[in-house]
Amino acid sequence: MIARLLALMIALCCGLPALAADPDDLPGLIDQLHTRDYAAMEQTVNAIAATGDPLAVAPLQALSDGDLYYRKSDDKVFIARKAESGTDLIDPLTGEFVENVGRRDARKIGINNNMRRALRGALGSLTLLSPDPSVRAAAAQSLFKSPDPNAVEALGQAIAAEKDAAIRTAMEEAQAASILLSDLDDATKIAAIESLADRGGRDAMSLLKGIPDTASDPVKAAAADGIASIEAALALWSTAQNIYYGISLGSVLLMAAIGLAITFGVMGVINMAHGEMVMLGAYTTYVVQEIIRNNAPGMFEFSLAIAVPLAFLVSGSVGVLIERTVIRYLYGRALETLLATWGVSLIIQQLVRSIFGPTNKEVGNPDFMSGAVQLGEMTLTYNRIWIIVFALVVLAMLMLVLKRTPLGLQMRAVTQNRRMAGAMGIRTDRVDALTFGLGSGIAGMAGVALSQIDNVSPNLGQSYIIDSFMVVVFGGVGNLWGTLVGALSLGIANKFLEPYAGAVLAKILVLVAIILFIQKRPRGLFALKGRAVES
Amino acid sequence: MFGFGRVKALAAVSALAIGLTTGAAQAADTIKVGILHSLSGTMAISETTLKDVMLMLIDDQNKKGGLLGKQLEAVVVDPASNWPLFAEKARELIEVNGTSVVFGCWTSVSRKSVLPVFEELNSMLFYPVQYEGEESSRNVFYTGAAPNQQAIPAVDYLMKTESVERWVLAGTDYVYPRTTNKILESYLKAKGVPAEDIMINYTPFGHSDWQTIVADIKKFGSAGKKTAVVSTINGDANVPFYKELGNQGIKAEDIPVVAFSVGEEELAGIDTGPLVGHLAAWNYFMSIDTPENDAFISKWHAFIGNEDRVTNDPMEAHYIGFKMWVQAVQQAGTTDVDAVRQAMYGQTVPNLTGGIAVMNTNHHLSKPVVIGEIQDDGQIQTVWSTDGVVVGDAWSDFIPESAKLTADWTYPWVCGGCEKPTY
Repeated sequence: MIARLLALMIALCCGLPALAADPDDLPGLIDQLHTRDYAAMEQTVNAIAATGDPLAVAPLQALSDGDLYYRKSDDKVFIARKAESGTDLIDPLTGEFVENVGRRDARKIGINNNMRRALRGALGSLTLLSPDPSVRAAAAQSLFKSPDPNAVEALGQAIAAEKDAAIRTAMEEAQAASILLSDLDDATKIAAIESLADRGGRDAMSLLKGIPDTASDPVKAAAADGIASIEAALALWSTAQNIYYGISLGSVLLMAAIGLAITFGVMGVINMAHGEMVMLGAYTTYVVQEIIRNNAPGMFEFSLAIAVPLAFLVSGSVGVLIERTVIRYLYGRALETLLATWGVSLIIQQLVRSIFGPTNKEVGNPDFMSGAVQLGEMTLTYNRIWIIVFALVVLAMLMLVLKRTPLGLQMRAVTQNRRMAGAMGIRTDRVDALTFGLGSGIAGMAGVALSQIDNVSPNLGQSYIIDSFMVVVFGGVGNLWGTLVGALSLGIANKFLEPYAGAVLAKILVLVAIILFIQKRPRGLFALKGRAVES
Repeated sequence: MFGFGRVKALAAVSALAIGLTTGAAQAADTIKVGILHSLSGTMAISETTLKDVMLMLIDDQNKKGGLLGKQLEAVVVDPASNWPLFAEKARELIEVNGTSVVFGCWTSVSRKSVLPVFEELNSMLFYPVQYEGEESSRNVFYTGAAPNQQAIPAVDYLMKTESVERWVLAGTDYVYPRTTNKILESYLKAKGVPAEDIMINYTPFGHSDWQTIVADIKKFGSAGKKTAVVSTINGDANVPFYKELGNQGIKAEDIPVVAFSVGEEELAGIDTGPLVGHLAAWNYFMSIDTPENDAFISKWHAFIGNEDRVTNDPMEAHYIGFKMWVQAVQQAGTTDVDAVRQAMYGQTVPNLTGGIAVMNTNHHLSKPVVIGEIQDDGQIQTVWSTDGVVVGDAWSDFIPESAKLTADWTYPWVCGGCEKPTY
């Protein structure tokens, strides 16, 4: 306690003279950043920010990124850079190389979340006048997120100097957010509230809802109006968001189910090892990424593009192997097929566990799969967007194969009337193997996509097998369009129920709905008609 | 043909007989230690490591000359993440293999499944994972954290340091998160948090589509009050959860997530760059800088032959539990369960994180509590820790019906959950 008070006093007495913008004091302040007492550290950061010295940006940024270290021998603070051996220490203000020390001779200055918030605000106010427009925009953004009544004036100056309209708006919003926390007069506050209400969005609503009860009545009334108008807009967006989430979940279900739509839907094989084909695809992605990491790190962005065909080949050939060694002896014996393929699935799982270990494998997301795009009030994550696109492309390609290639023609012929097809000179057993391989290969491609959103572990496939069967049965066995509609409608139904019923109950409700539906229409949404069905 | 078959059968019988006699001879000069951790199925990801750490500890003890002049022999079985199979395998370990002690289980449901077996056969189980409390069996020693050694201090930290006023309690749908959230909910209400500022959400095991829930958390967090998420999400569902948080841009500065089931091992499968600042509460972090911890980590790396493998809290719990059992056996001079149990009370072992762990008469440990923030290298850096050790409380003080109960296995109580002493 006493130590904390002391540190506070030191911070204050050294911090206040620095207000006079004496750059000589900056090094002293920066050395004080080395402390375990976060309250004292925050005081120091505020004092550094108050100097307004652009030189202070580098050390504060380094502190925020976890790159600010102290030298154990004399407690001096430096920016650290990993060197080939040990750590390079760099002067925090001049950016000059000082010396290289051993890895244990300099230690990182740890920070906590409060410090990160304080640093965000401090960096925001220090970089408002930066010559680089993207830095200024980021500064306005951070000040909006960490509003600070002391920054109102600095923001006013920055707004006056700003030429770029978009950045100026962002700065004005940040200023409005800061005004709400200040003790300025009501008229200014009401103007600020109106500007925030115009901006809309959750962040603005959060600020308006945060206005304390002690505020004056006109301010509270203006805030209530603002909240009401934002809420009305948000309600619309949330419906749109639910639909999007539904499509996204649907596309994942579709991805997992397309392969099964071939093996189960077209061939009628109850393939319990389908999930493991997906899992093999995901592990193929992992192996591809490992090889790239070790040999050609620059190629990482293309790892998925390389993994997709490889996963198709790996899972496809495993599929052909299973068909040739197990399934072909069991055609027409549903129960035995079910048991045998389930056994195969256990064997594959254990095999993968023995080779790669039981722990999850890290599959990285390339840059184009990370992050999100903000569409109004909807946050659309890139990985989900790409999976929707990928699922649709795979479905379209599969339809082309079935409708436009000789293999597709033969497949349809064999499934519709095996004996007749045989009589026409089609090698039905070869077609069987290829069809099963195609279904498995597509499952492998699904694994590449799923590796981006789910855990790559030996159990990956198990979690999708039930859902896949559900989609195929619901959509109608043997019909790809049915699989598409089935996947999307299950996804959307699930996502609309989830906010009200919770994730667990939503799943149960969907399952019950499917059971009832199957009672009414045993052949699913799009039942195949014709002689194949009767046989 | 017939004769040949008979010869074969005879050979088999005699082979069996030889096997039995050698088995019996071996049983005489080794002490058997059962290891009951899933090596396949959903929980294999977490439990396989614990099997390995037990093998390391046993190996280490044998190098030091064994125990009571005998060698220790590990008996490993695989309950395959199948809860009823846990009970069967436990019975097999005790009755068929004659183990003196068993180290095992991870999920609370597996512990609940083996509990009747250990009580019926009067054997001893060391359970190494943080759990929901509300239990104290005569036959189980709980070396993981009880809620007052993990959940309550974490919530206090968020209230004090980050001034959180709104709470999302998110968990997987089974006994541990439900009980913990019940305790936390009544604790928060006792602290004056209104009901509309608490949101409770459950998801199934292995949930992978977190878009809606993360969006809901965002929405809940935009009410003008500082919001935090208390996560009892278990197993590998955490990976997609954290990925979604990162992708949707929820920063720890805005809505911090404190997790009770996420350790170094779980973080090994994720890029932790976007997660820096989210919190975890445990009794042990790999990053804690003590000579004991350094020694443990290098021993682990040497044993497993991989410098990249991490250590985590349940591993420390097994380390403490095993050392205590060894000391208790040495003190009792026998592996007899009743004698060892009496010797267990008051056993002390230095924690890997500093301080001394003590086994209390309620079968729970006194341990320090540490809260840390996730770093970009997958490690967790301490930001707060208790001054001394915290005594594990079997029955929570924040649930009215359990606040009355006391667990104490020494005279005059001799009871795992009573309102009055038995004697």
